[in-house]
Amino acid sequence: MEMINKKELAALSIKEILEAYPYTESFFREQQFPLDMPELTIRERHRKLSMDEREDLVLSAEEFLEQLSLFISNMQEFLGEGKEEVESLTLLPGRDKDSNRENYEKITIRKGEIVSIVGPTGSGKSRLLADIEWVADADTPTGRIVLINEKKGDKKWRLSGTRKLVAQLSQNMNFVMDLTVEEFLYLHAESRLVENEKELVERIIVQANELAGEKFSRNTPVTSLSGGQSRALMIADTAILSSSPIILIDEIENAGIDREKALKLLVGEEKIVLMATHDPILALMADRRIVINNGGIINVLETSAEEKEILKELQLMDERLNMMRNALRYGKQLDSGKMPVRQFSCL
Amino acid sequence: MNLVTVSGPPSSGKTSVILKTIKALEERGIKTGVVKFDCLYTDDDKLYARENIPVIKGLSGSLCPDHFFVSNIEEVVQWGRKLGLDMLITESAGLCNRCSPYIRDIKAVCVIDNLSGINTPRKIGPMLKTADIVVITKGDIVSQAEREVFAARVSAVNPEAMVMHINGLTGQGAYEFSTLLYDEETDIETVRGKRLRFSTPSAMCSYCLGETVIGEEYQLGNVKKINLGDGND
Repeated sequence: MEMINKKELAALSIKEILEAYPYTESFFREQQFPLDMPELTIRERHRKLSMDEREDLVLSAEEFLEQLSLFISNMQEFLGEGKEEVESLTLLPGRDKDSNRENYEKITIRKGEIVSIVGPTGSGKSRLLADIEWVADADTPTGRIVLINEKKGDKKWRLSGTRKLVAQLSQNMNFVMDLTVEEFLYLHAESRLVENEKELVERIIVQANELAGEKFSRNTPVTSLSGGQSRALMIADTAILSSSPIILIDEIENAGIDREKALKLLVGEEKIVLMATHDPILALMADRRIVINNGGIINVLETSAEEKEILKELQLMDERLNMMRNALRYGKQLDSGKMPVRQFSCL
Repeated sequence: MNLVTVSGPPSSGKTSVILKTIKALEERGIKTGVVKFDCLYTDDDKLYARENIPVIKGLSGSLCPDHFFVSNIEEVVQWGRKLGLDMLITESAGLCNRCSPYIRDIKAVCVIDNLSGINTPRKIGPMLKTADIVVITKGDIVSQAEREVFAARVSAVNPEAMVMHINGLTGQGAYEFSTLLYDEETDIETVRGKRLRFSTPSAMCSYCLGETVIGEEYQLGNVKKINLGDGND
Protein backbone atom coordinates (compact mmCIF):
# COMPACT_ATOMS: atom_id res chain seq x y z
CA MET A 1 0.00 0.00 0.00
CA GLU A 2 1.16 3.52 -0.77
CA MET A 3 1.96 5.88 2.04
CA ILE A 4 -0.49 8.73 2.18
CA ASN A 5 0.69 12.21 3.05
CA LYS A 6 -1.02 15.05 4.80
CA LYS A 7 -1.80 16.90 1.61
CA GLU A 8 -3.63 13.95 0.09
CA LEU A 9 -5.58 13.38 3.30
CA ALA A 10 -6.64 17.00 3.37
CA ALA A 11 -8.24 16.63 -0.06
CA LEU A 12 -10.38 13.64 0.98
CA SER A 13 -13.74 13.75 2.69
CA ILE A 14 -13.97 12.06 6.09
CA LYS A 15 -16.10 9.37 4.46
CA GLU A 16 -13.46 8.68 1.83
CA ILE A 17 -10.78 8.43 4.51
CA LEU A 18 -12.86 5.93 6.49
CA GLU A 19 -13.48 3.86 3.38
CA ALA A 20 -9.85 3.76 2.35
CA TYR A 21 -8.54 3.19 5.89
CA PRO A 22 -11.32 1.60 7.97
CA TYR A 23 -9.12 1.37 11.06
CA THR A 24 -8.99 5.17 11.28
CA GLU A 25 -12.43 5.01 12.86
CA SER A 26 -10.78 4.17 16.19
CA PHE A 27 -8.44 7.11 15.67
CA PHE A 28 -11.32 9.55 15.17
CA ARG A 29 -13.03 8.08 18.19
CA GLU A 30 -9.98 8.28 20.47
CA GLN A 31 -9.29 11.81 19.29
CA GLN A 32 -12.93 12.80 19.83
CA PHE A 33 -13.25 14.08 16.31
CA PRO A 34 -16.98 14.03 15.39
CA LEU A 35 -18.02 11.83 12.47
CA ASP A 36 -21.44 13.40 12.06
CA MET A 37 -20.69 15.17 8.76
CA PRO A 38 -18.76 12.59 6.76
CA GLU A 39 -19.10 14.42 3.47
CA LEU A 40 -16.82 17.24 4.70
CA THR A 41 -13.04 17.27 4.64
CA ILE A 42 -11.09 17.38 7.89
CA ARG A 43 -10.40 21.10 7.52
CA GLU A 44 -14.05 21.89 6.74
CA ARG A 45 -15.32 19.91 9.70
CA HIS A 46 -12.68 21.38 11.96
CA ARG A 47 -13.83 24.88 11.09
CA LYS A 48 -17.34 23.98 12.31
CA LEU A 49 -16.17 22.69 15.70
CA SER A 50 -17.51 24.54 18.73
CA MET A 51 -15.11 26.05 21.24
CA ASP A 52 -15.69 23.11 23.57
CA GLU A 53 -15.10 20.57 20.85
CA ARG A 54 -11.86 22.28 19.90
CA GLU A 55 -10.82 22.19 23.51
CA ASP A 56 -11.46 18.42 23.62
CA LEU A 57 -9.66 17.79 20.35
CA VAL A 58 -6.61 19.82 21.45
CA LEU A 59 -5.14 19.69 17.94
CA SER A 60 -5.51 22.23 15.17
CA ALA A 61 -6.75 20.96 11.79
CA GLU A 62 -3.16 20.88 10.47
CA GLU A 63 -1.89 19.04 13.55
CA PHE A 64 -4.78 16.63 13.32
CA LEU A 65 -3.99 15.87 9.67
CA GLU A 66 -0.36 15.28 10.57
CA GLN A 67 -1.25 12.91 13.39
CA LEU A 68 -3.74 11.10 11.18
CA SER A 69 -1.18 10.51 8.45
CA LEU A 70 1.29 9.30 11.07
CA PHE A 71 -1.34 6.97 12.52
CA ILE A 72 -2.05 5.53 9.08
CA SER A 73 1.61 4.94 8.35
CA ASN A 74 2.10 3.28 11.79
CA MET A 75 -0.85 1.03 11.07
CA GLN A 76 0.36 0.12 7.60
CA GLU A 77 3.70 -0.84 9.04
CA PHE A 78 1.98 -2.83 11.78
CA LEU A 79 -0.23 -4.70 9.33
CA GLY A 80 2.58 -5.40 6.91
CA GLU A 81 4.86 -6.76 9.56
CA GLY A 82 3.88 -10.39 9.12
CA LYS A 83 6.53 -10.57 6.43
CA GLU A 84 9.37 -10.11 8.84
CA GLU A 85 8.96 -12.96 11.33
CA VAL A 86 11.13 -13.36 14.37
CA GLU A 87 12.79 -16.74 13.93
CA SER A 88 15.37 -16.58 16.66
CA LEU A 89 16.66 -14.60 19.61
CA THR A 90 20.38 -14.53 20.40
CA LEU A 91 22.18 -13.29 23.50
CA LEU A 92 25.82 -12.24 23.39
CA PRO A 93 27.67 -11.99 26.70
CA GLY A 94 27.95 -8.89 28.86
CA ARG A 95 29.20 -8.49 32.42
CA ASP A 96 27.91 -9.37 35.88
CA LYS A 97 27.63 -6.94 38.81
CA ASP A 98 31.38 -7.24 39.47
CA SER A 99 32.19 -6.57 35.81
CA ASN A 100 33.23 -10.18 35.13
CA ARG A 101 32.47 -11.38 31.63
CA GLU A 102 29.51 -13.76 31.48
CA ASN A 103 30.24 -17.43 31.08
CA TYR A 104 28.91 -18.22 27.61
CA GLU A 105 29.76 -17.46 24.03
CA LYS A 106 26.33 -17.16 22.50
CA ILE A 107 22.81 -18.35 23.36
CA THR A 108 20.36 -18.73 20.50
CA ILE A 109 16.71 -19.56 21.12
CA ARG A 110 14.52 -20.44 18.16
CA LYS A 111 10.78 -20.13 17.88
CA GLY A 112 8.93 -23.09 19.32
CA GLU A 113 11.61 -23.48 21.98
CA ILE A 114 11.32 -23.10 25.76
CA VAL A 115 14.20 -21.92 27.89
CA SER A 116 13.89 -21.58 31.64
CA ILE A 117 15.76 -19.04 33.72
CA VAL A 118 16.79 -20.07 37.22
CA GLY A 119 18.60 -18.18 39.94
CA PRO A 120 18.05 -16.77 43.41
CA THR A 121 15.90 -13.69 43.98
CA GLY A 122 17.78 -10.53 43.02
CA SER A 123 20.21 -12.41 40.79
CA GLY A 124 19.38 -10.37 37.71
CA LYS A 125 16.43 -12.06 36.06
CA SER A 126 14.52 -8.79 35.66
CA ARG A 127 17.59 -7.20 34.10
CA LEU A 128 17.89 -10.05 31.59
CA LEU A 129 14.23 -9.73 30.66
CA ALA A 130 14.64 -5.95 30.32
CA ASP A 131 17.69 -6.42 28.07
CA ILE A 132 15.63 -8.62 25.77
CA GLU A 133 12.68 -6.23 25.77
CA TRP A 134 14.99 -3.33 24.87
CA VAL A 135 16.86 -5.35 22.22
CA ALA A 136 20.00 -4.35 24.11
CA ASP A 137 22.90 -3.27 21.97
CA ALA A 138 25.65 -3.04 24.59
CA ASP A 139 23.75 0.01 25.84
CA THR A 140 22.34 -1.33 29.10
CA PRO A 141 24.16 -1.83 32.44
CA THR A 142 25.06 -5.45 31.57
CA GLY A 143 26.54 -4.61 28.18
CA ARG A 144 24.72 -7.58 26.63
CA ILE A 145 23.84 -7.64 22.96
CA VAL A 146 20.54 -9.08 21.78
CA LEU A 147 20.26 -10.23 18.19
CA ILE A 148 17.04 -10.92 16.31
CA ASN A 149 17.33 -13.46 13.47
CA GLU A 150 21.11 -13.35 14.05
CA LYS A 151 21.19 -9.65 13.19
CA LYS A 152 21.40 -6.48 15.25
CA GLY A 153 17.86 -5.84 16.45
CA ASP A 154 15.74 -3.18 14.83
CA LYS A 155 15.32 -0.28 17.26
CA LYS A 156 11.71 0.16 16.20
CA TRP A 157 10.84 -2.58 18.72
CA ARG A 158 11.83 -0.30 21.51
CA LEU A 159 9.30 2.47 21.30
CA SER A 160 6.36 1.38 19.24
CA GLY A 161 3.03 1.58 21.01
CA THR A 162 1.39 -1.01 18.81
CA ARG A 163 3.98 -3.71 18.55
CA LYS A 164 6.33 -4.87 21.25
CA LEU A 165 8.91 -7.61 20.93
CA VAL A 166 8.00 -9.17 24.23
CA ALA A 167 4.76 -10.23 25.89
CA GLN A 168 4.86 -10.86 29.61
CA LEU A 169 2.91 -13.24 31.77
CA SER A 170 3.47 -12.90 35.48
CA GLN A 171 2.06 -14.19 38.72
CA ASN A 172 0.43 -10.95 39.83
CA MET A 173 -1.51 -10.29 36.68
CA ASN A 174 -5.24 -9.75 36.89
CA PHE A 175 -8.02 -8.78 34.58
CA VAL A 176 -9.31 -5.34 35.46
CA MET A 177 -11.87 -4.67 32.74
CA ASP A 178 -15.59 -5.02 33.32
CA LEU A 179 -16.24 -7.24 30.33
CA THR A 180 -17.28 -10.82 29.67
CA VAL A 181 -14.73 -13.30 28.34
CA GLU A 182 -16.11 -12.96 24.84
CA GLU A 183 -16.32 -9.16 24.83
CA PHE A 184 -12.83 -8.99 26.22
CA LEU A 185 -11.38 -11.18 23.49
CA TYR A 186 -13.14 -9.24 20.75
CA LEU A 187 -11.73 -6.03 22.17
CA HIS A 188 -8.24 -7.47 22.05
CA ALA A 189 -8.75 -8.85 18.53
CA GLU A 190 -10.01 -5.46 17.40
CA SER A 191 -6.90 -3.69 18.66
CA ARG A 192 -4.82 -6.19 16.68
CA LEU A 193 -6.79 -5.53 13.50
CA VAL A 194 -6.93 -9.26 12.71
CA GLU A 195 -9.20 -10.37 9.91
CA ASN A 196 -10.45 -13.68 11.27
CA GLU A 197 -11.60 -12.27 14.62
CA LYS A 198 -14.40 -14.74 15.23
CA GLU A 199 -12.31 -17.81 14.50
CA LEU A 200 -9.49 -16.66 16.79
CA VAL A 201 -11.83 -15.75 19.63
CA GLU A 202 -13.49 -19.18 19.43
CA ARG A 203 -10.13 -20.92 19.44
CA ILE A 204 -8.98 -19.00 22.50
CA ILE A 205 -12.13 -19.90 24.42
CA VAL A 206 -11.75 -23.59 23.58
CA GLN A 207 -8.03 -23.67 24.36
CA ALA A 208 -8.39 -21.75 27.62
CA ASN A 209 -11.05 -24.20 28.75
CA GLU A 210 -8.73 -27.07 27.97
CA LEU A 211 -6.03 -25.57 30.12
CA ALA A 212 -8.30 -24.64 33.01
CA GLY A 213 -9.15 -27.20 35.67
CA GLU A 214 -12.65 -25.80 35.92
CA LYS A 215 -14.51 -24.82 32.76
CA PHE A 216 -15.93 -21.37 32.23
CA SER A 217 -18.38 -19.88 29.75
CA ARG A 218 -17.91 -17.08 27.26
CA ASN A 219 -20.40 -14.98 29.22
CA THR A 220 -18.43 -15.02 32.46
CA PRO A 221 -17.10 -11.59 33.42
CA VAL A 222 -13.30 -11.77 33.24
CA THR A 223 -13.02 -10.28 36.71
CA SER A 224 -14.89 -13.19 38.28
CA LEU A 225 -12.74 -15.96 36.80
CA SER A 226 -10.83 -18.02 39.36
CA GLY A 227 -7.04 -17.76 39.55
CA GLY A 228 -6.56 -20.87 37.42
CA GLN A 229 -9.16 -19.83 34.86
CA SER A 230 -7.66 -16.34 34.57
CA ARG A 231 -4.21 -17.75 33.95
CA ALA A 232 -5.60 -20.22 31.42
CA LEU A 233 -7.34 -17.42 29.54
CA MET A 234 -4.29 -15.16 29.69
CA ILE A 235 -2.04 -17.88 28.33
CA ALA A 236 -4.41 -18.92 25.54
CA ASP A 237 -4.97 -15.28 24.61
CA THR A 238 -1.26 -14.46 24.63
CA ALA A 239 -0.43 -17.56 22.59
CA ILE A 240 -3.06 -16.94 19.92
CA LEU A 241 -3.65 -13.21 19.83
CA SER A 242 -0.60 -11.41 21.17
CA SER A 243 1.40 -9.46 18.61
CA SER A 244 4.64 -10.25 20.37
CA PRO A 245 6.83 -13.10 19.13
CA ILE A 246 8.66 -13.58 22.42
CA ILE A 247 6.92 -14.50 25.67
CA LEU A 248 8.47 -14.01 29.06
CA ILE A 249 6.80 -15.99 31.79
CA ASP A 250 7.39 -15.29 35.42
CA GLU A 251 6.36 -18.54 37.10
CA ILE A 252 3.08 -20.38 36.43
CA GLU A 253 1.40 -21.24 39.67
CA ASN A 254 0.50 -24.84 40.09
CA ALA A 255 -3.22 -24.58 40.73
CA GLY A 256 -6.22 -24.90 38.48
CA ILE A 257 -4.21 -25.05 35.27
CA ASP A 258 -2.48 -27.70 33.19
CA ARG A 259 0.97 -26.21 32.93
CA GLU A 260 2.36 -28.69 30.47
CA LYS A 261 -0.48 -28.12 28.04
CA ALA A 262 -0.07 -24.39 28.54
CA LEU A 263 3.58 -24.48 27.50
CA LYS A 264 2.77 -26.74 24.56
CA LEU A 265 0.16 -24.27 23.39
CA LEU A 266 2.64 -21.39 23.52
CA VAL A 267 5.39 -23.15 21.61
CA GLY A 268 2.84 -24.66 19.23
CA GLU A 269 1.94 -21.10 18.25
CA GLU A 270 5.56 -20.58 17.22
CA LYS A 271 6.50 -18.36 20.13
CA ILE A 272 9.91 -18.09 21.73
CA VAL A 273 9.30 -18.82 25.39
CA LEU A 274 11.51 -17.72 28.29
CA MET A 275 10.35 -18.73 31.72
CA ALA A 276 11.75 -17.51 35.03
CA THR A 277 10.93 -20.07 37.68
CA HIS A 278 11.78 -21.55 41.06
CA ASP A 279 9.65 -24.62 40.37
CA PRO A 280 11.66 -27.76 39.47
CA ILE A 281 8.90 -29.09 37.19
CA LEU A 282 8.82 -25.96 35.06
CA ALA A 283 12.61 -25.65 35.08
CA LEU A 284 12.98 -29.19 33.76
CA MET A 285 10.15 -28.89 31.23
CA ALA A 286 12.35 -26.50 29.27
CA ASP A 287 14.84 -27.83 26.77
CA ARG A 288 17.57 -25.70 28.29
CA ARG A 289 17.97 -23.54 31.31
CA ILE A 290 19.90 -20.35 31.84
CA VAL A 291 21.49 -20.13 35.28
CA ILE A 292 21.90 -16.61 36.52
CA ASN A 293 23.72 -15.20 39.54
CA ASN A 294 25.14 -11.87 40.66
CA GLY A 295 23.70 -10.17 37.60
CA GLY A 296 25.34 -12.47 35.08
CA ILE A 297 24.59 -15.69 33.24
CA ILE A 298 26.90 -18.26 34.82
CA ASN A 299 25.81 -21.32 32.88
CA VAL A 300 23.51 -22.69 30.19
CA LEU A 301 22.47 -26.28 30.83
CA GLU A 302 20.73 -28.79 28.58
CA THR A 303 18.05 -30.73 30.42
CA SER A 304 19.73 -34.18 30.65
CA ALA A 305 18.07 -37.53 30.00
CA GLU A 306 18.33 -38.28 33.69
CA GLU A 307 16.64 -35.01 34.53
CA LYS A 308 13.84 -35.87 32.10
CA GLU A 309 13.34 -39.10 34.09
CA ILE A 310 13.30 -37.14 37.32
CA LEU A 311 10.79 -34.79 35.75
CA LYS A 312 8.44 -37.75 35.28
CA GLU A 313 8.75 -38.55 38.98
CA LEU A 314 8.03 -34.95 39.86
CA GLN A 315 5.02 -34.82 37.58
CA LEU A 316 3.67 -37.94 39.19
CA MET A 317 4.06 -36.41 42.63
CA ASP A 318 2.38 -33.31 41.32
CA GLU A 319 -0.49 -35.33 39.98
CA ARG A 320 -0.91 -37.17 43.26
CA LEU A 321 -1.02 -33.91 45.10
CA ASN A 322 -3.63 -32.59 42.71
CA MET A 323 -5.80 -35.67 43.06
CA MET A 324 -5.67 -35.41 46.82
CA ARG A 325 -6.52 -31.74 46.65
CA ASN A 326 -9.53 -32.47 44.47
CA ALA A 327 -10.66 -35.45 46.55
CA LEU A 328 -10.59 -33.34 49.71
CA ARG A 329 -12.40 -30.50 47.99
CA TYR A 330 -15.28 -32.75 47.06
CA GLY A 331 -15.64 -34.23 50.53
CA LYS A 332 -13.92 -37.56 49.87
CA GLN A 333 -11.59 -39.40 52.20
CA LEU A 334 -8.14 -40.17 50.88
CA ASP A 335 -7.51 -43.74 49.75
CA SER A 336 -3.91 -44.70 48.95
CA GLY A 337 -5.04 -47.48 46.58
CA LYS A 338 -6.60 -45.01 44.17
CA MET A 339 -3.60 -42.72 43.82
CA PRO A 340 -1.38 -42.94 40.74
CA VAL A 341 1.89 -44.55 41.70
CA ARG A 342 4.05 -45.38 38.72
CA GLN A 343 2.06 -45.06 35.56
CA PHE A 344 2.13 -41.77 33.72
CA SER A 345 -1.47 -41.27 32.80
CA CYS A 346 -1.00 -37.57 32.29
CA LEU A 347 1.76 -37.79 29.72
CA MET B 1 21.20 21.83 32.19
CA ASN B 2 18.55 19.56 30.68
CA LEU B 3 14.94 20.14 31.58
CA VAL B 4 12.24 17.47 31.44
CA THR B 5 8.59 17.96 32.36
CA VAL B 6 6.78 14.90 33.66
CA SER B 7 3.09 14.84 34.28
CA GLY B 8 0.29 12.34 34.63
CA PRO B 9 -2.87 11.58 36.59
CA PRO B 10 -2.57 11.24 40.39
CA SER B 11 -1.16 7.91 41.59
CA SER B 12 -0.10 6.85 38.11
CA GLY B 13 3.42 6.16 39.34
CA LYS B 14 5.26 9.35 38.38
CA THR B 15 7.36 9.50 41.51
CA SER B 16 8.35 5.82 41.36
CA VAL B 17 9.31 6.12 37.71
CA ILE B 18 11.34 9.29 38.35
CA LEU B 19 13.12 7.77 41.37
CA LYS B 20 14.18 4.70 39.40
CA THR B 21 15.19 6.84 36.45
CA ILE B 22 17.33 9.15 38.53
CA LYS B 23 19.12 6.13 39.95
CA ALA B 24 20.02 5.11 36.42
CA LEU B 25 21.06 8.67 35.55
CA GLU B 26 23.28 8.90 38.60
CA GLU B 27 25.04 5.69 37.66
CA ARG B 28 26.06 7.55 34.55
CA GLY B 29 27.20 10.53 36.63
CA ILE B 30 24.33 12.82 35.66
CA LYS B 31 23.37 15.02 38.60
CA THR B 32 19.60 15.35 38.71
CA GLY B 33 17.16 17.38 40.80
CA VAL B 34 13.38 17.39 41.05
CA VAL B 35 10.65 19.98 41.45
CA LYS B 36 7.44 18.46 42.70
CA PHE B 37 4.31 20.47 41.90
CA ASP B 38 1.19 19.48 43.74
CA CYS B 39 -2.04 20.92 45.05
CA LEU B 40 -2.72 20.63 48.72
CA TYR B 41 -0.36 18.08 50.12
CA THR B 42 2.53 15.88 49.14
CA ASP B 43 5.06 13.80 50.98
CA ASP B 44 6.90 12.79 47.86
CA ASP B 45 9.59 15.37 48.44
CA LYS B 46 10.70 13.26 51.40
CA LEU B 47 11.06 10.24 49.12
CA TYR B 48 13.44 12.22 46.93
CA ALA B 49 15.28 13.72 49.87
CA ARG B 50 15.79 10.23 51.32
CA GLU B 51 17.68 9.31 48.15
CA ASN B 52 19.74 12.50 48.49
CA ILE B 53 18.14 13.99 45.41
CA PRO B 54 17.91 17.80 45.51
CA VAL B 55 14.18 18.55 45.64
CA ILE B 56 11.85 21.55 45.84
CA LYS B 57 8.18 21.22 46.65
CA GLY B 58 5.57 23.67 45.38
CA LEU B 59 1.96 23.52 46.51
CA SER B 60 -0.54 25.47 44.45
CA GLY B 61 -3.18 25.55 47.19
CA SER B 62 -6.37 27.09 45.85
CA LEU B 63 -4.86 27.89 42.44
CA CYS B 64 -4.97 25.73 39.34
CA PRO B 65 -1.71 23.75 39.53
CA ASP B 66 -0.92 24.45 35.87
CA HIS B 67 -1.19 28.21 36.33
CA PHE B 68 1.03 27.80 39.36
CA PHE B 69 3.48 25.80 37.23
CA VAL B 70 3.76 28.45 34.52
CA SER B 71 4.22 31.21 37.05
CA ASN B 72 7.09 29.43 38.75
CA ILE B 73 8.91 27.44 36.12
CA GLU B 74 11.54 30.08 35.32
CA GLU B 75 12.45 30.46 38.99
CA VAL B 76 12.91 26.73 39.51
CA VAL B 77 15.01 26.49 36.35
CA GLN B 78 17.32 29.12 37.87
CA TRP B 79 17.34 27.17 41.13
CA GLY B 80 18.49 24.08 39.26
CA ARG B 81 21.21 25.99 37.44
CA LYS B 82 22.46 27.48 40.68
CA LEU B 83 22.82 23.99 42.12
CA GLY B 84 24.81 22.97 39.06
CA LEU B 85 22.38 20.22 38.07
CA ASP B 86 22.86 18.38 34.79
CA MET B 87 19.16 17.66 34.64
CA LEU B 88 16.07 19.09 36.26
CA ILE B 89 12.85 17.07 36.25
CA THR B 90 9.55 18.74 37.05
CA GLU B 91 6.79 16.50 38.26
CA SER B 92 3.18 17.62 38.26
CA ALA B 93 -0.08 15.81 38.81
CA GLY B 94 -2.82 16.25 36.24
CA LEU B 95 -5.69 16.64 38.60
CA CYS B 96 -8.55 17.72 36.35
CA ASN B 97 -7.39 15.64 33.36
CA ARG B 98 -7.17 18.86 31.39
CA CYS B 99 -3.67 19.73 32.47
CA SER B 100 -0.75 20.12 30.13
CA PRO B 101 2.26 21.68 31.77
CA TYR B 102 4.45 21.12 28.72
CA ILE B 103 6.67 23.67 27.09
CA ARG B 104 7.63 23.78 23.41
CA ASP B 105 11.17 22.46 22.78
CA ILE B 106 11.33 21.00 26.30
CA LYS B 107 11.04 17.23 26.58
CA ALA B 108 7.56 16.26 27.78
CA VAL B 109 6.71 12.94 29.42
CA CYS B 110 3.27 11.65 30.33
CA VAL B 111 2.98 8.80 32.84
CA ILE B 112 -0.24 6.80 32.84
CA ASP B 113 -1.07 3.44 34.33
CA ASN B 114 -2.76 0.35 33.01
CA LEU B 115 -5.13 0.23 35.96
CA SER B 116 -6.77 3.52 35.07
CA GLY B 117 -9.01 1.87 32.48
CA ILE B 118 -8.87 1.66 28.70
CA ASN B 119 -10.87 4.82 28.14
CA THR B 120 -8.39 6.91 30.05
CA PRO B 121 -6.18 7.74 27.05
CA ARG B 122 -9.18 9.47 25.51
CA LYS B 123 -10.08 11.26 28.73
CA ILE B 124 -6.83 12.97 29.62
CA GLY B 125 -6.53 15.13 26.54
CA PRO B 126 -3.61 17.51 26.07
CA MET B 127 -1.45 15.95 28.77
CA LEU B 128 -1.25 12.79 26.65
CA LYS B 129 -1.81 14.21 23.18
CA THR B 130 1.08 16.64 23.30
CA ALA B 131 3.67 14.49 25.12
CA ASP B 132 6.89 13.30 23.44
CA ILE B 133 7.21 10.13 25.49
CA VAL B 134 4.40 8.17 27.10
CA VAL B 135 5.36 5.88 29.97
CA ILE B 136 2.86 3.18 30.88
CA THR B 137 3.14 1.75 34.38
CA LYS B 138 1.64 -1.09 36.41
CA GLY B 139 1.93 -3.48 33.49
CA ASP B 140 2.96 -6.22 35.89
CA ILE B 141 -0.49 -6.49 37.40
CA VAL B 142 -2.82 -6.50 34.40
CA SER B 143 -3.10 -9.10 31.68
CA GLN B 144 -0.99 -8.97 28.54
CA ALA B 145 -4.16 -8.39 26.50
CA GLU B 146 -5.06 -5.33 28.52
CA ARG B 147 -1.52 -4.01 28.17
CA GLU B 148 -1.78 -4.37 24.40
CA VAL B 149 -5.19 -2.78 24.13
CA PHE B 150 -4.16 0.08 26.39
CA ALA B 151 -0.95 0.76 24.47
CA ALA B 152 -2.83 0.65 21.16
CA ARG B 153 -5.24 3.30 22.45
CA VAL B 154 -2.39 5.47 23.64
CA SER B 155 -0.91 5.29 20.15
CA ALA B 156 -4.25 6.23 18.61
CA VAL B 157 -4.43 9.33 20.80
CA ASN B 158 -0.80 10.27 20.22
CA PRO B 159 0.67 8.47 17.19
CA GLU B 160 3.86 10.50 17.37
CA ALA B 161 4.85 9.59 20.93
CA MET B 162 7.40 6.99 21.92
CA VAL B 163 5.60 4.50 24.14
CA MET B 164 7.41 2.64 26.92
CA HIS B 165 6.48 0.28 29.71
CA ILE B 166 8.18 0.84 33.04
CA ASN B 167 7.75 -1.17 36.19
CA GLY B 168 7.97 1.36 39.01
CA LEU B 169 8.62 -1.36 41.59
CA THR B 170 11.46 -3.30 39.98
CA GLY B 171 12.61 -0.45 37.78
CA GLN B 172 12.43 -2.61 34.66
CA GLY B 173 12.58 -0.17 31.76
CA ALA B 174 13.82 2.81 33.80
CA TYR B 175 17.42 2.56 32.65
CA GLU B 176 16.30 2.46 29.04
CA PHE B 177 13.99 5.42 29.65
CA SER B 178 16.84 7.42 31.20
CA THR B 179 18.83 7.11 27.97
CA LEU B 180 16.01 8.91 26.12
CA LEU B 181 15.97 11.82 28.53
CA TYR B 182 19.48 13.18 28.77
CA ASP B 183 21.14 14.93 25.90
CA GLU B 184 24.67 16.22 26.45
CA GLU B 185 24.30 18.91 23.79
CA THR B 186 21.26 20.52 25.40
CA ASP B 187 21.71 23.38 27.83
CA ILE B 188 18.63 25.25 28.98
CA GLU B 189 19.68 28.60 30.40
CA THR B 190 16.18 29.98 30.72
CA VAL B 191 12.61 29.22 29.70
CA ARG B 192 11.66 32.88 29.60
CA GLY B 193 9.89 33.61 26.31
CA LYS B 194 9.20 29.96 25.53
CA ARG B 195 5.62 28.92 24.97
CA LEU B 196 3.37 26.30 26.48
CA ARG B 197 2.35 23.56 24.08
CA PHE B 198 -1.30 24.07 24.94
CA SER B 199 -3.21 26.61 27.00
CA THR B 200 -3.77 25.77 30.65
CA PRO B 201 -7.32 25.14 31.92
CA SER B 202 -9.14 28.44 31.90
CA ALA B 203 -11.55 29.67 34.49
CA MET B 204 -12.40 33.16 35.49
CA CYS B 205 -15.70 33.20 37.30
CA SER B 206 -17.15 34.49 40.53
CA TYR B 207 -16.23 31.25 42.29
CA CYS B 208 -12.56 31.72 41.37
CA LEU B 209 -12.78 34.99 43.25
CA GLY B 210 -14.16 33.53 46.44
CA GLU B 211 -17.92 33.35 45.90
CA THR B 212 -19.50 30.46 47.85
CA VAL B 213 -23.26 30.86 47.41
CA ILE B 214 -25.07 28.59 44.89
CA GLY B 215 -27.51 30.15 42.46
CA GLU B 216 -27.66 31.72 39.02
CA GLU B 217 -27.41 35.31 40.24
CA TYR B 218 -24.08 34.53 41.90
CA GLN B 219 -22.54 33.07 38.76
CA LEU B 220 -20.49 35.64 36.89
CA GLY B 221 -17.82 35.44 34.25
CA ASN B 222 -16.76 32.24 32.51
CA VAL B 223 -19.72 29.98 33.35
CA LYS B 224 -20.63 26.79 31.51
CA LYS B 225 -23.88 24.85 31.83
CA ILE B 226 -24.62 21.14 31.41
CA ASN B 227 -26.73 20.30 28.38
CA LEU B 228 -29.67 18.46 29.93
CA GLY B 229 -31.13 17.57 26.57
CA ASP B 230 -34.41 19.46 27.02
CA GLY B 231 -33.76 21.69 24.04
CA ASN B 232 -32.78 24.87 25.86
CA ASP B 233 -29.02 24.73 25.46
